[in-house]
Amino acid sequence: MRLTQGTFSYLPDLSDEQIGAQIEYCLKNGWAVSIEYTDDPHPRNSYWDMYGAPMFDLKDAAGIMGEVKSCRAAFPNHYVKVNAFDSTHGVESLRLSFIVNRPQDEPGFALDRTELAGRQIRYTTRAYATDKPEGSRY
Amino acid sequence: MSTPEEPRFDLDALYRDSQVGETLDALDRELIGLVPVKTRVREIAALLLVERLRRTLGLGLDAGAPSLHMSFTGNPGTGKTTVALRMAALLHSLGYVRKGHLVAVTRDDLVGQYIGHTAPKTKEVLKKAMGGVLFIDEAYYLYRPENERDYGQEAIEILLQVMENHRDDLVVIFAGYKDRMERFFQSNPGLSSRIAHHIDFPDYSEAELYAIAQLMLDRMQYRLTDDAAQALREYIALRRTQPHFANARSVRNALDRARLRQAKRLFEGRGAPLSRDALMTIEAADLRASRVFGNGDAQ
Repeated sequence: MRLTQGTFSYLPDLSDEQIGAQIEYCLKNGWAVSIEYTDDPHPRNSYWDMYGAPMFDLKDAAGIMGEVKSCRAAFPNHYVKVNAFDSTHGVESLRLSFIVNRPQDEPGFALDRTELAGRQIRYTTRAYATDKPEGSRY
Repeated sequence: MSTPEEPRFDLDALYRDSQVGETLDALDRELIGLVPVKTRVREIAALLLVERLRRTLGLGLDAGAPSLHMSFTGNPGTGKTTVALRMAALLHSLGYVRKGHLVAVTRDDLVGQYIGHTAPKTKEVLKKAMGGVLFIDEAYYLYRPENERDYGQEAIEILLQVMENHRDDLVVIFAGYKDRMERFFQSNPGLSSRIAHHIDFPDYSEAELYAIAQLMLDRMQYRLTDDAAQALREYIALRRTQPHFANARSVRNALDRARLRQAKRLFEGRGAPLSRDALMTIEAADLRASRVFGNGDAQ
């Protein structure tokens, strides 16, 4: 099951050229771009690992594309995303965040049903990948 | 006469469109002397224009982007940083670099203080310079042969790698005094061979220094009386023979001090209303009070 989260999630995966153009747009707006990776695809997992420090004061996307490529090389079977942080006073949050790398095989999520008192049912989603320990999931 | 087999291409139109002319004219107008530097800059501009024509018109002529890493050598105050700034603008208008900003660094910005600190530091600077020009001032400090555990070598290796692999992303300019740069390149032959343009900045003649002073005064909206002009000429001649002479920088410092003395003179003579003229004029006494004339700074 193809994981969809973040900006452009319902588009096909962006090509490197398109990723570069998006980063260029972020830099034009003065946002700080950072790269993160994880192997826990759960949508509520907001704590991905940082790949290097966020990159401030850059003028051109080439440097960030280089980092994206080296992150992909280091974690070819992880999810990798590019974030753009807007530090403007009063905003101070992510403006843009999109996936730039995904594992070859994405097993998807299981729906767990827990029966409660009075025929109530509580639903939980659980990624098949997280059955295995961190680092050997994909 | 153009035939279908032999189309003609309009280099002149490209020249006008790219606004290279303006940048080059500004270089001529605002930088005095430096003939070898200007010649080389014009050559580079011509090469890039022709290269662009060859590539854009679908002639199938593509020699690959030329390597444009440079080294600027010359004595202090000969205009290395100024030319580097202009170079960034020029390369941008020629479409060689995408953004045309200049990132000026020295050893401290590239080399870390402990193991594992240098590579991230150098890479961060390189990332900032991507799309523009990286100007490394006093580059020979990167290499310290007397200390074999110095991390400068690591920074040089990363630089080399990026200069080779990201040729179309950034241009690196190394700058420094001539003799020390030569020794630096001798001990790093790999670096020297990757630098296509070694440009030497000559010292200015007295007449050139005077012209530079005039240009600076115009820009600061001051003018000299005839006596003061004579004093400035004498000052330049004397200052050139003294130690720590830094060409245009010494001239600028001298003018700054003359402004200071002019301000003091006006302030001490206050009471009478001042004309616009008086506020703009530097007199001979303002210059002659300099220690260069042997009377010390005190009046």
